[in-house]
Amino acid sequence: MLNRLSTFFYLRQRLVLALFLVPPLLWFLVVYIGSLITLLINSFFYLDGFTGQVVREFTTKTYMKLLLPTNLQIFARTTLMAVLVTIACVIIAFPLSYYMARFASPRLKTWLYLAVTLPLWTSYVVRVYSWKLILAQEGIISWLAGIVHLDGLLNWYLSNETVGGPSLSVSPTGIFLVFVYIWLPYMIIPIQTALERVPRSLIEASGDLGATPAQTFRTVIMPLAFPGVVAGSIFTFSLTLGDFIVPQLFGTSSFYIGKAVLTYQGTSGNIPLAAAFTMGPIVIMITYLLIARKLGAFDAL
Amino acid sequence: MSETAILFKSVSRHFGEIKAVDNIELEIQDGEFFSMLGPSGSGKTTCLRMIAGFDRPTSGQIILYGQDVSNLPPYERSVNTVFQDYALFPHMTVEDNIGYGLMIKGMAKPERKKLVDEMLGLVQLPNFGGRKPSQLSGGQRQRVALARALINHPKVLLLDEPLGALDLKLRQQMQVELKNIQRKVGITFIFVTHDQEEALTMSDRIAVFSAGKIEQVGTPAEVYEHPSTTFVAGFVGTSNLVSGVVANRITGSPKQFSVRPEKIHLAKADDRIGDDMFVADGTVRDVVYLGLFTRYLVELEGGGDLVVVEQNLNTTSMDVTRAKNQKVRLLWKKEHVSYVGG
Repeated sequence: MLNRLSTFFYLRQRLVLALFLVPPLLWFLVVYIGSLITLLINSFFYLDGFTGQVVREFTTKTYMKLLLPTNLQIFARTTLMAVLVTIACVIIAFPLSYYMARFASPRLKTWLYLAVTLPLWTSYVVRVYSWKLILAQEGIISWLAGIVHLDGLLNWYLSNETVGGPSLSVSPTGIFLVFVYIWLPYMIIPIQTALERVPRSLIEASGDLGATPAQTFRTVIMPLAFPGVVAGSIFTFSLTLGDFIVPQLFGTSSFYIGKAVLTYQGTSGNIPLAAAFTMGPIVIMITYLLIARKLGAFDAL
Repeated sequence: MSETAILFKSVSRHFGEIKAVDNIELEIQDGEFFSMLGPSGSGKTTCLRMIAGFDRPTSGQIILYGQDVSNLPPYERSVNTVFQDYALFPHMTVEDNIGYGLMIKGMAKPERKKLVDEMLGLVQLPNFGGRKPSQLSGGQRQRVALARALINHPKVLLLDEPLGALDLKLRQQMQVELKNIQRKVGITFIFVTHDQEEALTMSDRIAVFSAGKIEQVGTPAEVYEHPSTTFVAGFVGTSNLVSGVVANRITGSPKQFSVRPEKIHLAKADDRIGDDMFVADGTVRDVVYLGLFTRYLVELEGGGDLVVVEQNLNTTSMDVTRAKNQKVRLLWKKEHVSYVGG
């Protein structure tokens, strides 16, 4: 009986393929693409300010609202934050990834892998809250600054309106630090993988042809690691764009995209505006990926 | 009168307990096609890597055209390497790969382009400059790797088993081509291989490596005809070793000797045995007909085997197979015997 079933499927490999592919495809189409389309449709409705009801009529009114200076500022602020977080992650991740890929012994590499991914085992919210303690007014950083008599400098920094706030735990700098901490593993792993795939002989060949280590780094290692950097930056960039918990916990009164979406759809029930807001990061990401492609990041794929 | 290109002065390279290269002395002449032949792990590649600068000797000195380079980094030596896996830069075109060394030296693009095109001509790949390495076949990548090294006019070109990944026909073609290119450019080539046939066909001289030491250095003919150790006799060609009592009966000395299979004749009834010949009697145990020639395995009286190869000038497969289990007399000239130690 079982044998006959095996034979039945063996002779109909297309059927087997279909059986395997239909569930994930359905999931992908209904849950992912479907919800995106719903989002897109909703963003073309509008909220009647008088009744508080969503009016299901096609309009671009909601999008016009996005162009208000305060909303544009939210996009600009969030994108700038995402760019800064991504740059900081690259700067911190690259040396470690490079060390892991080229110098660490297999044993040490395993430990480093573990150390990099270990934070991902615990809840994101717990880790974010622990940073609240580090950055709080009576937290470790303020305490350390007091010991080395740099509290004056810290206070001066916090009094600066664009980066500071009442304390590090309520400031754009705080948001930045927590984002960098939270997304760093997503940058280290792809860069490490890309560097690992550069054969040693290529680096030797470059030196053999007269290139100093610095020249080799610039002309061989960087270009070959670039796809990994782009892959990592897609994570850090998009995750920062969409996150609402960190700005919620560490933010001053200024909005970020994620927080705006949360507020509009949750508190004020303005689902069309929330949907329109969500289209923002999607457009930004598409632009970002197009630029990355132009720079040749996907040539190796 | 010719200049010394490379001199190894009691060079050793140890990896922990392992002596990869063990106190080697070696002199390679300017303009030579020199092969380092040996099984894997014999130290030949480590020697090559030390000449290139990827590895440094634990002790001893490497002199390159009179200059001690033992502790110089690769980018300060005028030596270039053709890597086993070619090591072409995948993100650059063929043109940029070949021009890489010149670009590093700061040569302007138009000037570079001219030299690159010349090189592409030399390795017979005109009009391939715009391609990426991934769009080339194994043999073409090989040529690009060669061009990339040669364009810098190195004093010495190192080749690390460069033909290993090619199929037999292409390999034979590249052997001829490499030799031609070497004659044309007149650069010292150092060629690492484990393929004894390759070393014999291409080299001016060969160094046979075993277990971190050099067993013998000599011309292909010297190494083949007169191996100085049992290892060389066995690694280069088929080893026909005879020792002890049987050797004493044949040569009058118990010293171990080697004789190449094609030098031995199956004696006919009317063959006269000259003073310059050795004689041995035995029984044919195995016959392998190989078309062009036939290989016999002969068991000597008193023990030991000799492989004999005879061309099939007048014989057919029917004739030769009949020889099995027949008693035969073997003859060979005394001068073809090499007494080997070890």
